Amino acid sequence: MSKSLDQVFVSAKQWLLSLLAGSPSWVIQVVSSLINIFALLGVFLTLFALLSVLERKILGRMQNRYGPNRVGPFGLFQPIADGIKMLVKEDIVPARADKIVHFLAPVLIAAVAILTLGVIPYGRNMTPFTIDAGILFFFAVGSTTELAVFMAGWGSNNKFSMLGAMRAIAQMISYELPLIITVLPVVMVVGSLTPDRIVAAQADYTLGLVPRWFVLTPWGATAFILFFVSGLVESNRTPFDVPEGESEIVAGHMTEYSGFKYATFFMAEYIGMFAISGLGITLFLGGWHAPVHALEFIPSYVWFFTKLSALLFVYVWVRGTLPRTRVDQMMNFAWKFMLPMAFTCIVAAAVWHYTGRGLRGWLWSLFVIVLVYSALSILLDTKRKFAPRVYRFAE
Amino acid sequence: MNSAAFVVIATFTVAAALAAATLRQLMHAALSFAIAFVGVAAFFFLLGAEFVGLALVFIYIGAVAVLIVFTILLTRRDVGKDRGFNWGGAIVAGAVFGGLTWSILKTQSLAIVAPHMPALTVKRIGAALMTSYVWPLQCVGLLLTAALIGALILVLEEKR
Repeated sequence: MSKSLDQVFVSAKQWLLSLLAGSPSWVIQVVSSLINIFALLGVFLTLFALLSVLERKILGRMQNRYGPNRVGPFGLFQPIADGIKMLVKEDIVPARADKIVHFLAPVLIAAVAILTLGVIPYGRNMTPFTIDAGILFFFAVGSTTELAVFMAGWGSNNKFSMLGAMRAIAQMISYELPLIITVLPVVMVVGSLTPDRIVAAQADYTLGLVPRWFVLTPWGATAFILFFVSGLVESNRTPFDVPEGESEIVAGHMTEYSGFKYATFFMAEYIGMFAISGLGITLFLGGWHAPVHALEFIPSYVWFFTKLSALLFVYVWVRGTLPRTRVDQMMNFAWKFMLPMAFTCIVAAAVWHYTGRGLRGWLWSLFVIVLVYSALSILLDTKRKFAPRVYRFAE
Repeated sequence: MNSAAFVVIATFTVAAALAAATLRQLMHAALSFAIAFVGVAAFFFLLGAEFVGLALVFIYIGAVAVLIVFTILLTRRDVGKDRGFNWGGAIVAGAVFGGLTWSILKTQSLAIVAPHMPALTVKRIGAALMTSYVWPLQCVGLLLTAALIGALILVLEEKR
């Protein structure tokens, strides 16, 4: 029973394809891809709509006020109202804008965000796009976002847009490094770049109780925290939403966009958030595996989306809690703290591997991380001087 | 199926490359250049060399194109000015094309049937890099580290 429930979507797709039996193989291939694409879009655009209203509700709860509660039961139809509003708004393009680039930027940014969703395993046998180097695909496609942000900033022909785009690219490039380096220990330990293999490597339970998720090892926990922070930056979320700092540069690279194009940027941001959380779940939180052996009868995709919701809640929680950082603080943090810690994770994972992956390895890798962390905090602390900020400009 | 895909991708790549060479606006040319790289990466995917294709996207679009675009943004002021036909560039391009065509036509290995290659997985590339090509890899690593330190020294705050 639970087996068939687990595979219900896979069998549904197979049933749909069996209707086409007898057609040439390329038709079946194309239809199979199309089913995957529509399923992905359907699920994640619904999730986007749901999250946009839930986020406002949760933020409202944190700030001691009601969130949206007028449209539909509990304000749940708010995204529909928002969508209609965005669709009927006038689409304003500045007269001096580069029309083509201005138009293509939101298209590219949304396409890239949706493409990265394709390689994540959502459940048993439920990876939409199986590729040998799936993790590499994720980052290769994701790195195109920088170009799209630049196109938005440059095509608008507006100083706020350009400043916002420069800030966005600076922080994305800086934090892409720790993001990718924190993935390396997992790839090293598993010995594969395929998301399915990484999930399979976390399937077992130590003593039948504790899951073998990488987040439960010292190097995995450190790498996961670094990964999560870098993910916050990559998806331009508070406290790192410097590129669209409303109090300084209006809305950054989105200043000159209105109507549905503006909504597309927001959609890309949220979908990027889903993708990076999904990758984090795949790499560190055991993918679609259950946390306890006894709970494995619950379908795998339910576990994946439970973990995803938990991570998304943390995103909203962080947004409701922390103020915006300053640009220089953020850059210093990336290069002086995140990067050395990310390299430490690699060393700690190697130590864990060579001391036998057991309790001994666990303690040794913890030792390595604590050692570097203390050394780094002492080193950075002595360098801290309290003095008025000195501004330097390019000559 | 493969030949049809080849024609589509080739048309796309050549069109993007032509646009990169001829567009008046420098920024448009740089962006078309990035599109041309997407086409080249698609070729590698078609040939089953996923890793090379992904590395191409990663490095050339994620890094080199962004670098070019920034360089244009921070240095050029004469965007849109007509600079006339670039004869030197045309001659160099013609010479490179001629040389490549000549060497492809002269090569012996095209005549025989392509040997059956085992699938090129990332794992095999990694193993080759870490065993037979470990010294070149280390040299490149050293060079890149030196470049990184050099860049840091260039932007270091000078002591007063």
